[in-house]
Amino acid sequence: MSVFTKLTLSEFKLTLRDPLYVFFTLLFPLLLITILGNVPTMQETPPELGGLRVIDVYAGAALGLAIGIIGLQGMPAVLATYRERGILRRFATTPVRPTLLLAAQLTMNLATVLVSAVLVYTVAHLAFDVPIPESPLTLLLAILLNCSGAFAIGLLLAALAPTGKTANAIGTFLFFPMMFLAGLWAPRELMPEVLQRIGDFTPFAAGQDLMNGALTGQSPEWLSITVLIGYLVICGAAAVKFFRWE
Amino acid sequence: MTVIEVENLAKRYGETVAVRDVSFTVEAGEIFGILGPNGAGKTTTVECIAGLRTADSGRITVLGRPAGDPELRARIGVQLQESELQDKITVREALELYSAFYPNPADWRELAGDLGLTAKLRTRFGKLSGGQKQRLSIALALLGNPEVAILDELTTGLDPQARRDTWDLISGIRDRGVTLLLVTHFMEEAERLCDRIVVIDKGAVAALDTPGGLINRAGDEQRIRFRPSAPFADELLTALPEVRELSHQGPRIEIIGSGNLLHAVISVLARDGIVAAELTLEQATLDDAFVHLTRGE
Repeated sequence: MSVFTKLTLSEFKLTLRDPLYVFFTLLFPLLLITILGNVPTMQETPPELGGLRVIDVYAGAALGLAIGIIGLQGMPAVLATYRERGILRRFATTPVRPTLLLAAQLTMNLATVLVSAVLVYTVAHLAFDVPIPESPLTLLLAILLNCSGAFAIGLLLAALAPTGKTANAIGTFLFFPMMFLAGLWAPRELMPEVLQRIGDFTPFAAGQDLMNGALTGQSPEWLSITVLIGYLVICGAAAVKFFRWE
Repeated sequence: MTVIEVENLAKRYGETVAVRDVSFTVEAGEIFGILGPNGAGKTTTVECIAGLRTADSGRITVLGRPAGDPELRARIGVQLQESELQDKITVREALELYSAFYPNPADWRELAGDLGLTAKLRTRFGKLSGGQKQRLSIALALLGNPEVAILDELTTGLDPQARRDTWDLISGIRDRGVTLLLVTHFMEEAERLCDRIVVIDKGAVAALDTPGGLINRAGDEQRIRFRPSAPFADELLTALPEVRELSHQGPRIEIIGSGNLLHAVISVLARDGIVAAELTLEQATLDDAFVHLTRGE
């Protein structure tokens, strides 16, 4: 087994020992779908949703929630703590580079999102007839793009925040407005025009559009793709520039 | 064979000069100590040697290669101050994981045994005591079977028994042929373990010598105190070349002198049938040498 695989598995094991992480990334999205799926109005098909029911849209929102919690709260706090406690520094003294630990964290979190996606869409389909996406590949691409935007922001937070606690505080501060604009509390298609247009340029809303599009088999919106790649490039580059190892 | 060579090392952080001018060499198989007051530049010096920082000027060679050469990371073991692990990783998991980082790792079970961690293998890092964390940290530094081990403040936070156990372990590591660079502020530790010591003060070398040599620099003044069994004339002792000062402190006599002071005094007293009761002898220690060398002028 390569060092990278061992490191990723080790990060997995450590993360799964954190009950809060497991709850919010794997159980909470399922819980959300199950509760909302039993609300009668969720079965309605408002014209703004282009043929989808409210519950169909919420499958993506529930997954977006998991991505947001990982990208804005979980990962930045963990990485900032790794720096704060000298874990990255210890890595620097071994033949393994500290970058590999960051890569293992990213891989582990991405894998968690994918597991969560399978769980969410399976339960949503079996229990509430949420359609199986026309193109699963487009959905996968949508999820990956959503993660790349969210994780790049997370890396930048980890780079800028001096401690794990500050990283968590800033992440939480960003989490609520971004999740609101992405339609966690009300589908963004039902929001006033202004909020929708602002939302277009936020990563979670753009990711949400891509995931809903994949569900109905529409070709992906270029604006959403551009926005997410923009976050990846800009936040990613800034994170690389500002990341401190100690 | 020279294992570490530091020549005119200088390093500043912004306006603060951490190391001004430090040079020394460490020979193979040596236990070499770096002593100095807080903020003297000890940690910066070892961090430059370990390749964690780049020197502003000067030259550092480790095992024949420039410090920071990636090839050195597998050949040097480093234990840093304030370097922790994830709270939820167990001792065993950490040892296994870090073993995988090295091309030629030591048997981690054996190391855990040597460091008294066998009973703690299933304990998470966050639940370990300060001493246990420190011992795990030392174990991680030795996992790669390093040729050189750099240990920064290795016994800080250990209780006296654990400290003595660690000293035994360090001697054992040297016996395996590992060259050791120790940063410490415990004089007893330096005196007991180190073959040679460099004293760093205000970013420069204040002295470089064996522990004995450093103590001699503090002067070999000795102080004897005793209660004589019978009175005697002071001249009996002040006539001795070894004796510099004699004073009466109630029933006791205090003598300050040098050379073979104790032997000279006892012989004279014995000749006159006087017994020196409650006898104490104080000699200069590395503590005195340290204070002497790093006293602010």
